[in-house]
Amino acid sequence: MSFPATASAVLAVGDAVPFRSPALDWHALAPEAVLVATAVVVLLVDLFTAERNKWLASTLSGLGLLGALVPVITLAVDGNTRSLFGGAYVVDDFALVMKALFLVAGYVTILLSTDYIGEGDYWEGEYYLLVVSSVLGMTLMASARDLITIFVALELLSIPAYLLAGWRKRELTGNEAGMKYYLMGVFASAVMLYGMSLVYGGTGTTVLAGIGRQVAGSFGATPVAALGIVFVLVGFGFKVSAVPFHNWAPDTYEGAPTPITAFLSVASKAAGFVAILQLIFVAFYGRDEVYGPMMWVLAALTMTVGNLIALRQTNVVRLFAYSSVAQAGFILAPLAVAGDSPAVADDAIRAVVSYLLIYTAMNLGAFAVILAVSRKTRSGELDSWGGLFEYAPGLTVLMTAFLFALAGIPPLGGWFAKFQVFKAVLGAGGASAYILAVVVAVNSVIALYYYANLARLMWFQSVPDGDRSPVRVPAAINLALALCVAFTVATGFFPGLVGHFGDAATDLVAVALRR
Amino acid sequence: MTAAALASEGGASAGGFPLLTSCVVLPAVGALATALVSRRRPESSRLVATIFAVATAALTVAVLVAFESGEAGFQMVERATWIRDLDVSWHLGVDGISVFLVVLTGVLFPLAMLGAPPHHDDKPFHAWLLLLEAGCIGVFLALDLFLFFVMFEIVLVPMYFLISGWGYANRRYAAMKFFLYTAFGSAFMLVGLVATAVLHARGTGGDLTFDLVTIASDQGAIAPVTARWLFLAFAIAFAIKVPLFPVHTWLPDAHTEAPTAGSVILAGVMLKLGTYGFLRFGLYLFPEASAYFAPLLVTLGVIGILYGAVVATMQKDLKRLVAYSSVAHLGFIALGTFSLTTQGLQGSVLQMVNHGISTGALFLLVGMIYERRHTRQIAELRGLQKAAPVMAGVFTVVMLSSIGLPGLNGFVGEFLILLGSFLTRRWWAVVGAIGVILASLYLLWAYQRVFHGEPDEANAGFAEMRVREGLVMAPLVALIVFLGVYPKPVLDRIQPSVEALVAHVEDHSDYTEPPVATEGQRARSAAPAEEGGD
Repeated sequence: MSFPATASAVLAVGDAVPFRSPALDWHALAPEAVLVATAVVVLLVDLFTAERNKWLASTLSGLGLLGALVPVITLAVDGNTRSLFGGAYVVDDFALVMKALFLVAGYVTILLSTDYIGEGDYWEGEYYLLVVSSVLGMTLMASARDLITIFVALELLSIPAYLLAGWRKRELTGNEAGMKYYLMGVFASAVMLYGMSLVYGGTGTTVLAGIGRQVAGSFGATPVAALGIVFVLVGFGFKVSAVPFHNWAPDTYEGAPTPITAFLSVASKAAGFVAILQLIFVAFYGRDEVYGPMMWVLAALTMTVGNLIALRQTNVVRLFAYSSVAQAGFILAPLAVAGDSPAVADDAIRAVVSYLLIYTAMNLGAFAVILAVSRKTRSGELDSWGGLFEYAPGLTVLMTAFLFALAGIPPLGGWFAKFQVFKAVLGAGGASAYILAVVVAVNSVIALYYYANLARLMWFQSVPDGDRSPVRVPAAINLALALCVAFTVATGFFPGLVGHFGDAATDLVAVALRR
Repeated sequence: MTAAALASEGGASAGGFPLLTSCVVLPAVGALATALVSRRRPESSRLVATIFAVATAALTVAVLVAFESGEAGFQMVERATWIRDLDVSWHLGVDGISVFLVVLTGVLFPLAMLGAPPHHDDKPFHAWLLLLEAGCIGVFLALDLFLFFVMFEIVLVPMYFLISGWGYANRRYAAMKFFLYTAFGSAFMLVGLVATAVLHARGTGGDLTFDLVTIASDQGAIAPVTARWLFLAFAIAFAIKVPLFPVHTWLPDAHTEAPTAGSVILAGVMLKLGTYGFLRFGLYLFPEASAYFAPLLVTLGVIGILYGAVVATMQKDLKRLVAYSSVAHLGFIALGTFSLTTQGLQGSVLQMVNHGISTGALFLLVGMIYERRHTRQIAELRGLQKAAPVMAGVFTVVMLSSIGLPGLNGFVGEFLILLGSFLTRRWWAVVGAIGVILASLYLLWAYQRVFHGEPDEANAGFAEMRVREGLVMAPLVALIVFLGVYPKPVLDRIQPSVEALVAHVEDHSDYTEPPVATEGQRARSAAPAEEGGD
């Protein structure tokens, strides 16, 4: 479907008829190169090792993800913004912060998966290959500043995710998860591509910066531009499971292997937000009267509907599915006012990036506890969490911390994330911004209900089956828990940590305003 | 661990030793220490918690000793940058309005801990209680909007756990109701708070700051009409916390279902977070809006006085009766606060402390009765005076203080409130005074039914007050009598700050304090402590 567009893009750019290989900045591409190498090595190791040595796949992919962090750090120390392929691929601070997020989230996912996949009747080598490929797609997405690159990155991160969601193929829910996710994802891609073709048709370029100039100019005023913007953003609305495009999320989350649920609810969602940020701040910034109201409605609907349905859940994974839908609404809220002024744009991007970072830690942490507990209870029902404090006090305290962090109770990290959202929204001023702030505020109270309810179950309900034997937590999950709780608590006490990353990420806006 | 790191940052106080920071951090450290004690040794966790609570009480008393009488401004100010970009700082300070509330918090927590130990799970109970104490003291000391909100929210979680974990039959419902009501209020406050900081920065053209003192002194920065909306956002949160009629409905459930220690703290300390909030973030931050909305809030206060009293009269459950009496008492405090006169405000601040002592003591006594009889139904209790004369005596003193009998602490506060509000809101004061009469009606009637008469079979074996219970009640009774007979040292420390606050409201609004009030003030200074004693 995308071939005609690609071909004409090449024709439009290509004055120089004989093909010359573009100069490659290998340093800028090093994180992705490491990931590709990891994927290949994991595939080969899986082919040539005996069944009892399959644990190598997990270890190697974990090391590979950490290894890819090294060039991210050296690039950050270097500090220069690198632009490759005519501006289609940019490595700036924003990209580096998000790449680091994806790599760490991928690493924690692997920590969570190790025992789950190792003990289950699953296919280890392929599993890790797919996780690494998906992370590769996400790191590409962080740098993609071109419609085609964005699309390629999106498919690269999504297709492995479709397969992973249906990993438990002998179970009905597993099949449902994979199928639903796949069909919805493809449908969203189609809508998005249509939007991209409209935008390209009007601007004659696929590079976001070029589109940004045209959208700010005469093309921006045309109805075609509005239609294109809406379609492209709707496509990513599916990815971040914004209401009304969220229907796939609960069934997929419930049916997928739990580590993959964690991965989808955090990393995959963050990748969707990265794309939305790049599109809004670089390409569509001039048309805030189109995306502003759209984001307003999406944000308000997403958090309200997500929260209200979460209230009625009895399964802990479904509860977290809807809670993560609601959290996406909080993250969308600053985007509704982003076009107000450059200062507000800065605040909005800061809010979204800090929220994503903190949300990643809180949600992965909560899923790590869910995994650890379900190893013993073998159940996802909320009732099975009764009396957890009696036999697993440590896990209970950690889960309580994650729950109240997600609810935005100070002094835990989630509170600072919410605060940033409020600051961005109220900084814009005006009636619609104030109303949105009140919607956010009311929703954070609704969310308290189900988070606090789960906390109460753990602390004060009696153990349903009377089995008080302690939970054995594997070392890998312990490490994941330690990472997540350290980040969640530290960002609450020292918000400067995450604020620093948020500041760095504002260079995305600088690009948009330089035109 | 992290809290300790913060403490060392905040160490740069004027006097060298960061006294106020220690008051906030010590209980938090105590909570952590209690949590680390082995679960198999409930006695040692209780001991650790008590040591920390008593040490915190000593620190708060040290604050009172170091507090300089006659100063209006904030004292012992400590300030350390917390988040540089937002100009959020760990900014603590104490003035005449907050100092006694801090001491009250410091004293009530160990008493509640000793007077009403839990029946199960000692360790988490004490850990949550200490965390709650850190939050409460933090609210009273915070001079930064951001910090205040953090502390205001921290308080919620421990109280939620205390009610839902150690409360009575209907605890789940009560805990969730309490949690959602207050969180709903705070959500509005958060919106108002961020908007205040943003609009202030825009109005002055300077950088964003969350510093309370800076924002409160730049009154021109926010347009009056906007400030009224912002005041309302804060007022919703405080009105729920106080609670004012008609958002009081969480209170009877929460107070009745909470464990005794929880009720003591809830009534003694946590309700004051709301009334204190009105003073610090209403009158001080939005003087014009406070004067504008004063008629509304005074009316709500008076409705609360009458409504609380009438409903209390109808109660069959002794604890619920005390809970509704709180609605009435807090109505008095709101009336005094929004009378905007020096006497009214002074009475309000004093009455906050009085209510903490009397109602805290009443809840402790009701808890003792419940421990013995396992019922709180007034109809099932009778003739306890015969069985336990000492306890009946203590109950009488505490009850009379709650009614406002001259010579006991409640009288001084209520008298000042009625005096102050009479100057600006005559008819409200007249109607409010009826509440005093109703208070004697419902409390004396309840006392009569519970303590008088011949004990029936079930009540004949009612045990007399134990030594430990007596030791817990003794400081409270002593304070009740002392504050009733000689309130001067307290009033002297409250007065300068209150006068400055009234002047602040006068400066920034059309309101002027009626001359009689200042005349009366001068008369009072000439003949000190006149209205207190007799």
